[in-house]
Amino acid sequence: MAQDTNLLRHLLEQDGAGIVQRWIESQLASAGFRGDRISRAELAEQSRRFLSLVREASAAGTTDIQSPVWANTRQMLEELSTSRAHQGFSPSDTASFVFSLKDTLFDAIKQQGGRDPEAVTTGLTDVGGLLDRLGLYTTEAFQRSREQVIVRQQQELMELSTPVVTLWEGVLALPVIGTLDSARTQVVMESLLQKIVETGAAIAIIDITGVPTVDTLTAQHLLKTVAAARLMGADCIISGIRPQIAQTIVHLGVDLGTVITKATLADAFAIALRRLGLSVTKAQTQVKRRRATDEDEQPVEREDA
Amino acid sequence: MERIAILKMGEYLLVTIQVDMHDRLAMTLQDDLTSRIVSSRAKGVLIDISALEMVDSFIGRMLGDTAAMSRVLDAETVVVGMRPAVAITLVELGLSLSGVRTALNVERGMDLLKARIKERRHSDGPS
Amino acid sequence: MTVLLSDHRTIQSSEDVVSVRQSVRQRAVEIGFNLIDQTKIVTAASELARNTVQHGGGGHVTIERVEEGGRRGLRLTFEDHGRGIPDVELAMRDGFSTGGGLGLGLSGARRLSNEFYIHSTPGEGTRVTIVRWR
Repeated sequence: MAQDTNLLRHLLEQDGAGIVQRWIESQLASAGFRGDRISRAELAEQSRRFLSLVREASAAGTTDIQSPVWANTRQMLEELSTSRAHQGFSPSDTASFVFSLKDTLFDAIKQQGGRDPEAVTTGLTDVGGLLDRLGLYTTEAFQRSREQVIVRQQQELMELSTPVVTLWEGVLALPVIGTLDSARTQVVMESLLQKIVETGAAIAIIDITGVPTVDTLTAQHLLKTVAAARLMGADCIISGIRPQIAQTIVHLGVDLGTVITKATLADAFAIALRRLGLSVTKAQTQVKRRRATDEDEQPVEREDA
Repeated sequence: MERIAILKMGEYLLVTIQVDMHDRLAMTLQDDLTSRIVSSRAKGVLIDISALEMVDSFIGRMLGDTAAMSRVLDAETVVVGMRPAVAITLVELGLSLSGVRTALNVERGMDLLKARIKERRHSDGPS
Repeated sequence: MTVLLSDHRTIQSSEDVVSVRQSVRQRAVEIGFNLIDQTKIVTAASELARNTVQHGGGGHVTIERVEEGGRRGLRLTFEDHGRGIPDVELAMRDGFSTGGGLGLGLSGARRLSNEFYIHSTPGEGTRVTIVRWR
């Protein structure tokens, strides 16, 4: 037999205010009530809002909580899950919020049903089923928000582990540590291009000493990064190519095109400087000619802070 | 009929694309540029795309073709100001525009053009 | 999957391709995509909209805000009643083009999206759907 929300809607229209009041009271009176975590006023407000949304949604007749008519109710439960998690409640605490409504509604159904046991049973099944699904939805929502936190932390970790360093004016270095999968590559490209815009660097050295293996995919990711930097007017040099990696690249037939590769970051840096028309020379010792006055020969005292 | 303005600065042509181009407008620009290169004996073309929020395969191809055509007409083309999000998307799309010289901004682009033109003059030898 | 909002646009000319880009950009901003994700879906939309005009003889696109399992996304469905694609696998290959283009339209749109579906019947038309999740 198909479930519908007609009885529920009827009950809420008839005595919505009474039901909400009794529900709030039963929650406050229950052993699980956390007066330290949530105020009576807040509990009352949440209960009223939930029941009013349920009343609206039940007007459509369907008990399928995934349908668009239940969207507002789902959203409220999602927000409730998140805020209760912040307040220190466990996921089952939030689900209990929904389940606790069952007792109050069951009482109302039994009163309504009077001496019609079949009507009472149907009513209990319909309403019970609906509230079960809504209660479970809150635990799912809680789970998802935890997962989102984890994903966000992973993202931050990826960003932290791919710093872009300014080696010299106009020269950036990007030491890649760990595997270069497609998610990581996105982060790497974003950081590198952002830094190119900020510093106006024209040369970027991508050091892959910390990348354990280079397969065809990794090579593709590297080439993508190089291509993206090129589009922003910066040339890339890939350094940190170990002998094994060189072998893999040749065996896989990866075409590095015109990208310059160097075994060490130092070699790559030397090339970068040369490109910029710079060179490193030894500092010359300067011999000061002493003047004949005494002043110059007195030691200057340093003021220590 | 709408057209994108091409400015002449000595031996250089400067184009700043500021509208979301439909395909026909892009083609008109390409035609206009090649005509202008010839008519003004331009040695360098600078295309500023810093206002473009998106470059798809058609526009990308237009840029690539323009650069190639200009070279045939003895002029150098530099595309400047590509936004990071556009560069990343273009590469993901599968376009690397390897035949196109690029620079971060107009100033760098002009430096690059002057350098390239000087190089070509030297390698061409005395005429 | 639930559909929260739906927009419909005809695509007959290259100007329409531009307005599709702009509509998609607007929706993408509304959903809260970051800049790179916005650019990706707008670019994919541009490719597919162009295909609709050039190969499909014109058609339309449905832009939908969708929700599934708590995550929100944007779904675009491009439909035309043109000549269809006889060999979809071939058409999806990089560089393959029947119109003198670069051949990156379909394969590119796939690379730029989280989900990609294509259905084509020669002589009847083509339908391409892409989804990007937030």
